[in-house]
Amino acid sequence: MDNVSLALMCVAALLATAVLGVLVRRSAAASGLVYSLCLILSLAILAVAASQLLGGAGATEITRLPIGLPWVGANFRLDPLSSFFLVVIDLGAAAASLYALGYGRHEDAPERILPFYPAFLAGMNLVLLAADAFSFLVAWEFMSLTSWALVMAHHRDPENRRAGYIYLVMASFGTLALLLAFGLLAGPAGGYGFADMRVAVHAAWLPGLVLILALLGAGSKAGLVPLHVWLPLAHPAAPSHVSALMSGVMTKVAIYGFVRIVFDLLGAPVWWWSILVLGLGAVTVVLGVLQAVLQRDLKRLLAYSTVENIGIIFIGLGLALAFQANGMTGAAALSFTAALLHIFNHSLFKGLLFFGAGAVLNGTGERDIEKLGGLIRTMPQTAFLVLGGCLAISALPPLNGFVSEWLIFQAILVSPDLPQWGLKLVIPAVGALLALGAALSAACYVRAFGIGFLGRPRSPAASSAHEADRLSLAAMFMLLGLCVLAGILPGFLIDAVAPAVREAVGHAMPAQASLPWLSIVPVAESRSSYNGLLIFAFIVIATLLTVKSIHRLASRAMRRGPAWDCGYPEPSPLTQYTADSFAQPLRRVFGEFFLAREKVTMPKPEDPLPARLEVRLRDLAWDMIYFPIERTVALAGEKFNALQFLTIRRYLGLVFAALVSLLLVVAIWA
Amino acid sequence: MDRFVLDFAHTLAGFMVLVSFMLLYQDRMFSLLNVFALQALVLAASVAWQAHVQDAPHLYVTALIALVLKAIIIPIVLHRVVVRLGIHRNIETVGGIGLTMLFGMGLVALSMVVMLRATAAADPLAREDLAFALSVVLLGLLMMVTRRNAVSQIIGFMSLENGLILAATGAKGMPLVVEISVAFSVLVALIVIGVFLFRIRERFDSVDVHALDESRGERQ
Repeated sequence: MDNVSLALMCVAALLATAVLGVLVRRSAAASGLVYSLCLILSLAILAVAASQLLGGAGATEITRLPIGLPWVGANFRLDPLSSFFLVVIDLGAAAASLYALGYGRHEDAPERILPFYPAFLAGMNLVLLAADAFSFLVAWEFMSLTSWALVMAHHRDPENRRAGYIYLVMASFGTLALLLAFGLLAGPAGGYGFADMRVAVHAAWLPGLVLILALLGAGSKAGLVPLHVWLPLAHPAAPSHVSALMSGVMTKVAIYGFVRIVFDLLGAPVWWWSILVLGLGAVTVVLGVLQAVLQRDLKRLLAYSTVENIGIIFIGLGLALAFQANGMTGAAALSFTAALLHIFNHSLFKGLLFFGAGAVLNGTGERDIEKLGGLIRTMPQTAFLVLGGCLAISALPPLNGFVSEWLIFQAILVSPDLPQWGLKLVIPAVGALLALGAALSAACYVRAFGIGFLGRPRSPAASSAHEADRLSLAAMFMLLGLCVLAGILPGFLIDAVAPAVREAVGHAMPAQASLPWLSIVPVAESRSSYNGLLIFAFIVIATLLTVKSIHRLASRAMRRGPAWDCGYPEPSPLTQYTADSFAQPLRRVFGEFFLAREKVTMPKPEDPLPARLEVRLRDLAWDMIYFPIERTVALAGEKFNALQFLTIRRYLGLVFAALVSLLLVVAIWA
Repeated sequence: MDRFVLDFAHTLAGFMVLVSFMLLYQDRMFSLLNVFALQALVLAASVAWQAHVQDAPHLYVTALIALVLKAIIIPIVLHRVVVRLGIHRNIETVGGIGLTMLFGMGLVALSMVVMLRATAAADPLAREDLAFALSVVLLGLLMMVTRRNAVSQIIGFMSLENGLILAATGAKGMPLVVEISVAFSVLVALIVIGVFLFRIRERFDSVDVHALDESRGERQ
């Protein structure tokens, strides 16, 4: 049996698990049963996809099922690109299922999650397997709807209902854009198979329009600014393992849609496309991370950070487009590899961090980091894991986040060789914004970890926190281990994704595994090289030596005295540095992006009221795009409401007028 | 094709357009019905000519249906309805006849432009017939929009349907089954509308659709 059929059978088994989830939803063992089946099936698809990717066959097998459009059927295909994304998705899904085996036990309404969770996994896998526009869109919509159902799992909270509504609207908009893109690609002949689209010859104006539609469609799912507004609402609303999937994995499915359309189906790129992609990516990075720095809700902070990372990935893709359009295949392969590595890395550490947030939520019942603090003592293992995730996402060597961002910067450094002045000027600016984003991201996670896990507990809930269960911890340890491995052995990873890169941009980076000492050399040895293993070894040895020498050289004489109280003799936890105070300098500097307004209420000297500081932040995307659209739609609805109460003659007149004006159009333009 | 065949077909179709114009300005019920019967008669003749030219015997059936149903039965039934409703002496105010006629001419010109251009490659017999047929349809619709009396609106609807039949027969005919079912649906429409007319009348003491609007509390 070929690999596609194997993968499809696993997907069918996932759908059967969803049905099983409906049947057994009320029994006590239901959650364990469903999540273990999901774990096994994700691992199975992972194995299939990995064997396809690493097998080097690159074989593209097509399985055609007699469902769907009659003259197209439902085509499924497994090529290196979809195999790579399948590996990312099912690795994340396996980790989430393992985590949910422990975490899902605390769920108060499992019947709202169990049927949809396997269906959601099946939908994501089907998107990646689809080889025609119809199956793709059906799977895409299925994925959207099942994830919407998961967002609505805790539907009693009005905030969640609003999040679900906005998510549904944005998802429909995205699907509409993709539908139009595929319609344009299929052309009037209706060649909806991807194989037909690849060979189709398009009019000159068409590819640019398809690119914009793909950016809108995939971007609204992935969270490109300004289409990101649903993401920080919907991702935190879901249960934590689903948040991890939506943030870490589903956004990658959206990127897969973009890559499939733009790099595979659309043919040779034009250089100005990259400016569009790069610009959106850079704006997404900066606005996403600035929002993340200012958030108090841990899960919302992580969701905004996802927006930032999506921006980084799009910058990588935009660079690949720029180089590809100018025939610089080596640099294009470098940027595309960097984007793929960041996709892989982000799915690892974002999953880890969301699991950590779930463990904190479970242990304390709080998501507000102002009410946490001191968790490193009550939840030591979770704290260690989250710290690892924070280091990785802040792109500190030797962890994996550094490798992919470093590769993107290497690609940016090649950009002066590009012939177009537009690109020569834009790409360094994008690089500067990316650097800003990386620094702010580090600040963001220093704040999240420092306020959340260090210091003294800021609320009774935080002081009575309990450690996460063993299975959840196992899932997190697995992800952290993979983060470290991917960080110190990036060469193997680069070689592993090479077939996918070759498929997308026609060229791959030179093989890295054969280089001495497991270094990676993206362009040439004289320019730059990186050795994660060396840095790891250096850090370990230096740490051991320091500890050893301190223990050896330090005096053993002991003196007991009062601890320094930092100038605050009052031991209240309220005197600690808070998350808002940490973010205040950044808020002052970048506040105009959010129309930040601070209001200080100082009571009169004899007044016993407490002083208050109120900070109001706004998302410009809402103010400048969505609220005006909402107002326009409401206004138009109000105006057209009158149409419901016309007289018969006026209705006839309207029909008549419509007919005559259409005929006039035909007469004038046809 | 023989010139005479073409010319005669066009004459008949053109005559239908002319009768449609005549329908537009009839302000008395009986003359309206008579003109409608005349249009059905011309339609029957036109369809019969098409049957002869195209050598399609089933079109004779269509012509016969048009003759019996539209030129005889429907006018007679409507005639009796009008008498029973007691509106046969009413003069319907058809506002702005000159303007309506001018608009109608514009519609004919429009349908000529659209149809002749859209069917450049088609059979010349069908081509101009289609243009005339579209004119008849548009004029029927125009009549439905400009009239306020329910009976006149029915006439407009029926004349619109005549235009459709003309188009269908010109374009090498449609299957007889379709033609018969359309004819019967018109008949059913007549019955239903007839019943409704009496119900409306019973309730509002008028068949002016204006009364309906007033009862819904609408401003005109």
